Amino acid sequence: MKITDLLFQLVQNTVLLVAAPLLPGWISQCRAWLQNRNGAGVLQPYRMLLKLFHKDAVLADQASVLFRVMPYVLFSCMWLAVALVPVLVTGLPLAPAVDVIGLVGIFALARMFISLAAMDVGTAFGSMGARREMLVGFLAEPALLMVLFTASTISHSTSLTTIVETLAQQHFVLYPSMTFAAVAFVMVLLAENARIPVDNPATHLELTMIHEAMILEYSARHLALVEWAGALKMLAYMTLGIALFVPYGIAAPGDWSALPLAVVLLVLKLALAGAGLALIETLSAKMRIFRVPEFMGTAFLFAVLGLLTHFLLEAA
Amino acid sequence: MTHIPFTGQLINMCASLLLLIAFAMLSQRRVLSLVHLFAMQGLILAFSTTVVAYSSHQSHLYFSAGLTLVLKGIILPVILHKLVRRLDILWDVETLFNIPTIMLVGLALVVFAFNLAAPISHMAGTITRSTLGVAMASVLLSFLMMITRSKAVPQVVGFLAMENGLFFAATSATYGMPMVVELGIALDVLIAMFILGIFFFQIRVAFDSLDLKHMEQLKDD
Repeated sequence: MKITDLLFQLVQNTVLLVAAPLLPGWISQCRAWLQNRNGAGVLQPYRMLLKLFHKDAVLADQASVLFRVMPYVLFSCMWLAVALVPVLVTGLPLAPAVDVIGLVGIFALARMFISLAAMDVGTAFGSMGARREMLVGFLAEPALLMVLFTASTISHSTSLTTIVETLAQQHFVLYPSMTFAAVAFVMVLLAENARIPVDNPATHLELTMIHEAMILEYSARHLALVEWAGALKMLAYMTLGIALFVPYGIAAPGDWSALPLAVVLLVLKLALAGAGLALIETLSAKMRIFRVPEFMGTAFLFAVLGLLTHFLLEAA
Repeated sequence: MTHIPFTGQLINMCASLLLLIAFAMLSQRRVLSLVHLFAMQGLILAFSTTVVAYSSHQSHLYFSAGLTLVLKGIILPVILHKLVRRLDILWDVETLFNIPTIMLVGLALVVFAFNLAAPISHMAGTITRSTLGVAMASVLLSFLMMITRSKAVPQVVGFLAMENGLFFAATSATYGMPMVVELGIALDVLIAMFILGIFFFQIRVAFDSLDLKHMEQLKDD
């Protein structure tokens, strides 16, 4: 392990951490444009975070340590997830730490903490949100795993580095199975990041909330961290999607000359993905909560179909 | 994986897109979206036939691709669209019960079709042999769609989608049928569409609805 690699990892993590709120800002800006509004600008999440960090935190009397620790755990989990996905260069020092299954585990850990903390104070909406989150989560997780397994069977490894290297840095091959996996992944992304049609991030109706219901009791710096973690989670999912389905441009280890192109391509892909997400959100309406299992079941089916088509069409 | 040529990869891609559309049709509630999906299926079918024709140097397949494009990509969807508009069911939403179960049955059908096609694929020498399983799966899925629907228009879309699947099976297993047969089938489908279109109106006049469940009253007691 070289010192430059280590330095690059540190710089990359910091830059991604600071730049993450740009992503939700960009998405809501796109949504505003699609709805013929001017929008608040891509910097709005930063203003929000600044405001929240300057406020005094209010805690419920019955709040336990768990409630206060949760934002920090959530934030670190999501930052770690962002750091583990190959974004610009493969083979960074952190990459061997965890494979795709571990990555899903990190998301699961964050989900467990946020659900427990939501139930901790004992408000009705908190525990309702926690239960719904677990419902969505337990359906989304197998679908995500099947998507990742499809990529793993193609590259014969569960390590994200190997997957990206197989898909991007060898000669161009069309994988039919990845079409199914991509559809399933987009559905999981929508569900896991609390977007329309599964959840509405901008809702004020407590009865329809999932993610928002869980963080109703949070304020000030805690809420800021939760919001920031949300932005990081979105970034982690989008970069994971890019790494799996359009990894072209991610540089090989030690190939510093390819780095500027990789940065430009990454920004371009993220901007496109954000605009696409805004389009999906504008075109669809929020589902009833009881439709969600159907939606996630479809995602799981597509992921399984991807695996099946891999064995039929691609197995040598 | 690397020994499959690029055209073969394109055909495999089209095959999986067709399978994707078959599943989308299975779970689609809106009549209009169903017609759009059917048009998309026709376009992909025409594209994949062109790719097969190009890679296998079978010039008659270009004609079938053109025929597919005109008939299944343009004419039939336009007729269906007009029918849906005339019948005033543009925004009709069908109540489908238990989509996850239907999808699971569909998945089982796909596994069944893949297994069924595996020995045939081994024997065939065509570039497209591995897509035979997908073609059979989409035939079975369209059949399942016809079974699960009770309204007339979705059933007809299912019937046409089944014909698409058969056509895809023919191209993938044997580089298409003889031209005479293909023209005959195309004409048959077109005529069937016209007759079914007339039937729609007759059914609605007789039962005041397009729900085929009402036909059960017709039996002799």
